[in-house]
Amino acid sequence: MQRFALIFVPYLWLLALFLVPFLIVFKISLSDVALAIPPYTPTLKDGVGPFIAALDFENFAFLTSDDLYWKAYLSSLRIALFSTLMTLMVGYPIAYGMARAPEEWRPTLMMLVILPFWTSFLIRVYAWMGILSQEGFLNQFLLWSGLISEPLTILNTTTAVYIGIVYTYVPFMILPIYAALERLDGSLIEAAEDLGCSRLKAFWLVTVPLSKNGIIAGSFLVFIPALGEFVIPSLLGGSGTLMIGKVLWEEFFNNRDWPVASAVAVILLLILIVPIILFQRNQQRQAEAEG
Amino acid sequence: MNKLSWFNVTSLTFGFAFLYMPMVILIIYSFNASKLVTVWAGFSTKWYGSLFENEAFLDAAWVTIKVAVMSSSLATILGTMAAYVLVRGGRFMGRTLFSGMIYAPLVMPEVITGLSLLLLFIGIGLDRGVLTIVLAHTTFAMCYVSVVVSSRLVSFDRSLEEAALDLGCSNFEAFRLVTLPIIAPAVISGWLLAFTLSLDDLVIASFTAGPSATTLPIKIFSAVRLGVSPEINALSTIMIAIVTVGVISASLVSKRNSLRQQKDEQAAARAT
Repeated sequence: MQRFALIFVPYLWLLALFLVPFLIVFKISLSDVALAIPPYTPTLKDGVGPFIAALDFENFAFLTSDDLYWKAYLSSLRIALFSTLMTLMVGYPIAYGMARAPEEWRPTLMMLVILPFWTSFLIRVYAWMGILSQEGFLNQFLLWSGLISEPLTILNTTTAVYIGIVYTYVPFMILPIYAALERLDGSLIEAAEDLGCSRLKAFWLVTVPLSKNGIIAGSFLVFIPALGEFVIPSLLGGSGTLMIGKVLWEEFFNNRDWPVASAVAVILLLILIVPIILFQRNQQRQAEAEG
Repeated sequence: MNKLSWFNVTSLTFGFAFLYMPMVILIIYSFNASKLVTVWAGFSTKWYGSLFENEAFLDAAWVTIKVAVMSSSLATILGTMAAYVLVRGGRFMGRTLFSGMIYAPLVMPEVITGLSLLLLFIGIGLDRGVLTIVLAHTTFAMCYVSVVVSSRLVSFDRSLEEAALDLGCSNFEAFRLVTLPIIAPAVISGWLLAFTLSLDDLVIASFTAGPSATTLPIKIFSAVRLGVSPEINALSTIMIAIVTVGVISASLVSKRNSLRQQKDEQAAARAT
């Protein structure tokens, strides 16, 4: 009886507040927009038969016919992919330096990586608005140093979105890579060097392959949330930055087209299923290799 | 090995400068006297003063804290239950679905979670306000709590629980007297994680909040959309300060505890 209650309560909670809402999103994505409250049709008040008959894939057809949407999906994929690569290039040296640092420093360095993670995401994105704007800190610095004579336009461009994503997600990349590098046996690199590898070659042939799992885990941890990102493109990006999270938000709040917003969400989910499953498999394989 | 090469020193210096520079700049400019955020006009704390006179921000802060306390407490209870079921529950019908529902919210884009919950609340005719935000935050935070707690449950020796049961404890007593004290650090960090996730959330709260309840992130977002403002810098500085103090003291406490535990274990080893 106790066991039953223990399983039942969280199970029911997740069914009601996680699974059922998705089914509703799916259902509304098949509905039509209407001038009513709620602003879509049909609803179950119309009776079950007519309700099912009125559902169709019209919204999905609309998404494929209007450039805006598939361009937004493609551009989100591109931004997520490139920013994952950039995060890897920024994060790997930091993780490497941490793993090579004296042992008594490591807990402090670790805390320094985690600390921003507890700080508000919104504030960390906002901090860049003051740095990247026309008369912001970066432009003032570059003008003062004489590197440029005209202020650069960075805020409200896709470049700013890349900077924002790399900045906010780099701890996700550092932590798994650091975990992999810390376990790495230093004598393997010495062996490679003794056998005639240059330092760079030893790094490429020994260190990188042995930290592969960390790299894969970190990349998924950046790529998956970056794909549906909303806050970063809406604060740092401009009108030229198309990202699907922002399109969904605007479709819902500004155009009040709930069925199309739901269809956008369903497709985003379908796109995400592939990386999510790959990520889960990688984690499982790693857990098995360790256990 | 323990000497850092110049390459590692450079990458650590630049790396941590990149992580901390934006926040340091934000904090410095919160003490700027000028309303133009980018022009330095001398030291002043006037933006902190005007922040504390801004009723809208104070109201939003109060709502945010209420929501965070309620949702993180609920999420801790539900998440611990879920972790216990996943680790100790054995087989039951729909276990795969259950563990799927625990892990899915961790990788779900917030816009989708927010949209789906809003459509549910409208579907069942629930008025949007504090209650709906609490329900929404509890749902995604309980999944984080359950991941944190289950990693602790996996690593602890089950025979301790079995010993308690053999000595005549009921299931619940064994949990309260043996399991809970052992997993307490994980439960507490789960609560803290849930609390900060709730404090921080903009997207899900925007979907599920009604006009009657505005949280601080919603307020900040609508203010900064128009551009940088010194009041928001001041508010950010306060929030960064609270988090920094919290994280540092939490890590000091856990360091002291682990030192004490080490000492106890050594003493016990000597005694036997």
